[in-house]
Amino acid sequence: MIEPVSGDPAIEVRDLRKRYGEFEAVRGIDITVARGEVFALLGPNGAGKTTTVEILEGYRARSDGEVSVLGEDPAKRSLRLRRRIGIVLQSGGIYSYVTPREALRHWASFYPHARDVDEVLDLAGLREAADVRSRRLSGGQLRRLDFALAIVGDPELMFLDEPTTGFDPQARRAAWDTVRSLRELGKTILLTTHYLEEAQTLADRVAIVKDGRVLAIGPPRELGVGAAHYRISYRNSAGELVERDTDDPTALLHELTAEALARGERLEELSVGRPTLEDVYLELTAADA
Amino acid sequence: MPDAIALSWRQYRLERRMFWRNPSAAFFNFMLPLLILAGAGAALSGNQHQLNRLVPMIAGMSVMSTTFTALAYNVVFLRERGVLKRIRGTPLPTISYFAGVAANAVTNTALQIVIIDLAGKLLFGIGWPAHVDCLIVFVLVGVVCFAALGVAFAHAIPNFESTAAYVNAVFLPVVAVSFYAFDSSSAPGFVRTIADALPLKPLIQGLSAALVGGKGLGAHLDELAVLALWGVFGCHLAVRGFSWEQRRT
Repeated sequence: MIEPVSGDPAIEVRDLRKRYGEFEAVRGIDITVARGEVFALLGPNGAGKTTTVEILEGYRARSDGEVSVLGEDPAKRSLRLRRRIGIVLQSGGIYSYVTPREALRHWASFYPHARDVDEVLDLAGLREAADVRSRRLSGGQLRRLDFALAIVGDPELMFLDEPTTGFDPQARRAAWDTVRSLRELGKTILLTTHYLEEAQTLADRVAIVKDGRVLAIGPPRELGVGAAHYRISYRNSAGELVERDTDDPTALLHELTAEALARGERLEELSVGRPTLEDVYLELTAADA
Repeated sequence: MPDAIALSWRQYRLERRMFWRNPSAAFFNFMLPLLILAGAGAALSGNQHQLNRLVPMIAGMSVMSTTFTALAYNVVFLRERGVLKRIRGTPLPTISYFAGVAANAVTNTALQIVIIDLAGKLLFGIGWPAHVDCLIVFVLVGVVCFAALGVAFAHAIPNFESTAAYVNAVFLPVVAVSFYAFDSSSAPGFVRTIADALPLKPLIQGLSAALVGGKGLGAHLDELAVLALWGVFGCHLAVRGFSWEQRRT
């Protein structure tokens, strides 16, 4: 279990709301991200993840609530704050006629303590493509350039909005390695994703978001465990799958098996398991939940 | 703020580099006006009076195409591709970004005026610019005016695919009306009124005085005022409606 790092949090959000006309995309979100933490907003498309992140990045004004990013209000869009954050947009383009090296040099000039361009090219896996004009880069290389441009300013806090959407499994694993190496550099990372595995693999803590609200929040393993620590499932005599959640599986098993034996039945497909993050996620985000 | 100035200069250098690497931009900016000048000039060969009118017309059209057309295209392209949004998320000061972009437009226009004037002189025997002060003032105000209008017009263009249609729907009629009213003394009154109220014909008149001769800057303050008014209007619209990102559908 990961304890939150002490000190001022990197991000603090209280009762955040965002309305687009009649539609309320974000309906009272509360999250706190500690420094050095990798925090994931996990949820289906249209859950309000991108809206939330774009408010934190300073792209959008909030309708209501309190937001603090590295101690500042991002809506003020101060240069000081923008020098301390790095942003990987869901779909951010780049000039067609510049190379990754040129783009990184240009971007590096915006920041007071930029990282070495060659080092960033290596970190992002772009050494081979460093001098190829971006219109000739592959989709995967362009995404690596997104990462590179976001880290060249050596930010304390990074926002990754759906960083691996549309990736094949191999590219996804490469991107995960990059995120892990950023974490090792001590960066705080807020990422959004609709891939469970991604949240489970990368994040110290996950907030499950749906319809603009946080449904559950915590470390992935604890979230999976949730209120009920164990789940016992079996098929009853009618062939229906029965699932029972419990904190005390010994007692419940004893009860169930005693009843079954008394009736002279077998408990088909009997299993004792711990609900996974996937179970929790599917339950929480089910349409009728 | 020396930092903002240094970053403007960097942005300008990047814009220059990208301009020369984009073959279609270089072609439309430099070759097309020259080809039109050469073609029309050949047709009017021997008629010095007509040639003297042709050169400032082409020069005025070039100012409009390097600023209004080029910026409308660029802004829509960068907006739809997400480049503007990415820039918006960096600590590059907004003023530095636009200073670099504007300086790029001024450079392109200045280069083009020089090329057209040289071609006019070498091929068609027009003289050296008669009023350099008038030339500089009209080119600068013209660039600001049409560049601002180009950025402002980009707001009206919904996606990159329709940019050519939108831009030509403005560019071609403005050029046609302005050329007709400038060149033909028999143009109907309402055409002249329209052309005088639009920014291109006043620019051509100023360039005509500057390039081929006539009264100096002092005699063209009316035209300058029309151009400046359009510039103020364009700047207002450009700033007010500016969108850093694609519209959400």
